[in-house]
Amino acid sequence: MSRLPLPGRTLALLAVIVPLLALFIYLGLRSGPLAPVAVTVVAVESRPVAPALFGIGTVEARYTYKIGPTFTGRLKRLDVQVGDAVEGGQVLGEMEPVDLDDRIRSQESTVKRTQAALREAQARQSYAATQIHRYEQLFAARMLSEEIIGTKRQELQIADAALSSAREALARARSDREGLVAQRVNLRLVAPTDGVIAVRDAEPGTTIVAGQTVLEIIDPKSFWINVRFDQMSAAGLAGDLPARIVLRSRSGQPLPGRVLRVEPKADAVTEELLAKVVFEAIPQPFPSVGELAEVTIGMPAIPAVPAIPNAAVRREGDKVGVWQILEGALRFAPVKLGASDLDGYVQVREGLKNGDQVVAYSEKALTAHDRIHVVERIPGVAK
Amino acid sequence: MISLAGRDILHAWGKFVFTGMGLGLLIGVTLVMAGVYRGMVDDGKALLDNSGAELWVVQKDTLGPYAESSSLNDDLYRAILAMPGVAQAANVTYLTMQVRKGERDVRAMLVGIAPGKLGETPGWPPYLVAGRQITRGHYEAVADIATGFKLGDVLKIRRNQYRVVGLTRRMVSSSGDPMLFIPLKDAQEAQFLKDNDAIWQSRRRTEANPAFKRPGDPGLLDAVIASQSSNAFVNAVLVTLKPGHAPDEVAESIRRWKRLTVYTRVQMEDILVGKLIATSAKQIGMFLVILAIVSAAIVAFIIYSLTMDKIREIAVLKLIGTRNRSIAAMIMQQALALGVIGFVVGKISATFSAPLFPKYVLLMPFDSIAGFCAVLVICILASGVAIRLALEVDPAAAIGG
Repeated sequence: MSRLPLPGRTLALLAVIVPLLALFIYLGLRSGPLAPVAVTVVAVESRPVAPALFGIGTVEARYTYKIGPTFTGRLKRLDVQVGDAVEGGQVLGEMEPVDLDDRIRSQESTVKRTQAALREAQARQSYAATQIHRYEQLFAARMLSEEIIGTKRQELQIADAALSSAREALARARSDREGLVAQRVNLRLVAPTDGVIAVRDAEPGTTIVAGQTVLEIIDPKSFWINVRFDQMSAAGLAGDLPARIVLRSRSGQPLPGRVLRVEPKADAVTEELLAKVVFEAIPQPFPSVGELAEVTIGMPAIPAVPAIPNAAVRREGDKVGVWQILEGALRFAPVKLGASDLDGYVQVREGLKNGDQVVAYSEKALTAHDRIHVVERIPGVAK
Repeated sequence: MISLAGRDILHAWGKFVFTGMGLGLLIGVTLVMAGVYRGMVDDGKALLDNSGAELWVVQKDTLGPYAESSSLNDDLYRAILAMPGVAQAANVTYLTMQVRKGERDVRAMLVGIAPGKLGETPGWPPYLVAGRQITRGHYEAVADIATGFKLGDVLKIRRNQYRVVGLTRRMVSSSGDPMLFIPLKDAQEAQFLKDNDAIWQSRRRTEANPAFKRPGDPGLLDAVIASQSSNAFVNAVLVTLKPGHAPDEVAESIRRWKRLTVYTRVQMEDILVGKLIATSAKQIGMFLVILAIVSAAIVAFIIYSLTMDKIREIAVLKLIGTRNRSIAAMIMQQALALGVIGFVVGKISATFSAPLFPKYVLLMPFDSIAGFCAVLVICILASGVAIRLALEVDPAAAIGG
């Protein structure tokens, strides 16, 4: 048998055993708790942070007009359909007048009758006035008794009274007639303003009670969005801020708008602030009332400040901070954060300065004792 | 001095190494099985770690929110915030469901996270591997990388679409389903929101109820329908404590004054590990024990048969006057070498195969060390049998038939 220090068999055995052991040691150090944690590193750098608020809301019409009769009655005709554009003053429909026309004609006859009665009273009064004039002269000539002149004076007074009564009766009859005519006019359903018919609640022939809605008119020019913002993240919400509106049915087309007002009353149950956002220009075709819209409110940008990605912010015990890399080792640096934007950048007020290296992503939660291994991208994350 | 064991291994090194590798694969399976068990426990702990909470406030007398369903009004957290010792209290919802993306759907645990200060609010994913945290109050999601979603993917949950803005890792439910973090309000809606057909039917049912359809009160029906289609409930309130307050004390004061059930981290771990995964963990544990016994038996057989193969050579050794101690040392050294090779191969194969498993397999160094010791002990015991046999062999057998 060969006594060479390394015979062929030994070499072959070593060729198997040594790589196996090497692999074993490598795995022992590279996997499990001893393995370094893959992290990506980002430098704190100055950049403008443009905070923005994000809320959702529904399209609503600021002005909705509910058109209905003021008297109970039956609907005679309705000329408009949902979606029709109407102008202010346009007659949209009418209630059945029933006997109203007859009553107007009757009232006209009453007017004429009272006019005749007035003429009669005028005739009586002027006759009485003439008579009293004549009797006064006779009485002055002492040709009549006191009693007769007294009777004539009384007759004139009665005629005067009858005349004014007849005048008032005529005025009343005329007013009654005008009242009926006004009622007749009031049976028409008239558009109070320009708008679009949104709801048609009744068809001709239906009996409608006083005050019931027959038609609803909305004014598309008054469309706004009732937006809800979470109270927690609504700092700085104010009127006149620019907004970007995305209607759910037109997700690819952001529309410009602005905050009209922030409602003085917030929703205490859902913990949201309410605001009204108006379109800069009402989109065509009109959005539907009730459609969901996503609204992003742009806030004034904060000029270049030290900022970090929000993924770098970690909690360690009761402190909020970042894992800073100092000479290849990890150190937890508590920070005070300021404004943040929707792209995930957050302003650092205290605790870091520009150029500091901090951990952005890590493959697991870090501790101060972890060894790290800086990579371009955490393994497993697709490009 | 000549190493008898070394010479013998070199004599038939191929057979020896291959036997070691075969043994290694068996040990690898045992290690993976232990890893599966550890992984199950770790999934439960990861769930607790990732929530970032020190106390869990749940519906009274339930084991919620993970082991049992729990439902709390979403404004209760305000009352909890006012309790002494409470630093942060945040609502959270959990719902396991199928999340659709295009044709595919993925089983995921939907976590609704409350809006709040960055980094302070419990419930948020504590670290990311890509993208960013949620910044909008609606329609954004942070997904666990195990869901297979990528940044920018658009997912459909109920009727809303969510954009994946961040990815995280090892955020799983206690049953190993990857998590999907979405804003709380959306999650509350997702928990409650039914399909449109169901909503229509429910509206019609309500309309048919004469109690809600009074001619003199036209707004009543709308109000009833609106109140039916909103959800003001969450599953739990996650609480963090101010420094210097003991979890048990704060938990007790919430229990006493708010009349809710509160769990501390220790109790929650007990629920998750002791109750939720107890049966499946025992199942795995049982299997692990059987596998360990089978492995030990196979190691013993291999060493026994290796010794039997060279019984004649041993007889020759005895014949030429080799001491019993040298023969025993040879057998034991071979057994230990076999065990070491087996362990190394087993550890390597377990490490490489662990990530291939659909659920998390956690290979703990302690398990490996314990496994290594067990392998050595088994090898020594098994070689004991073989040594006994080798020492009893009659030197005459070397020349006999």
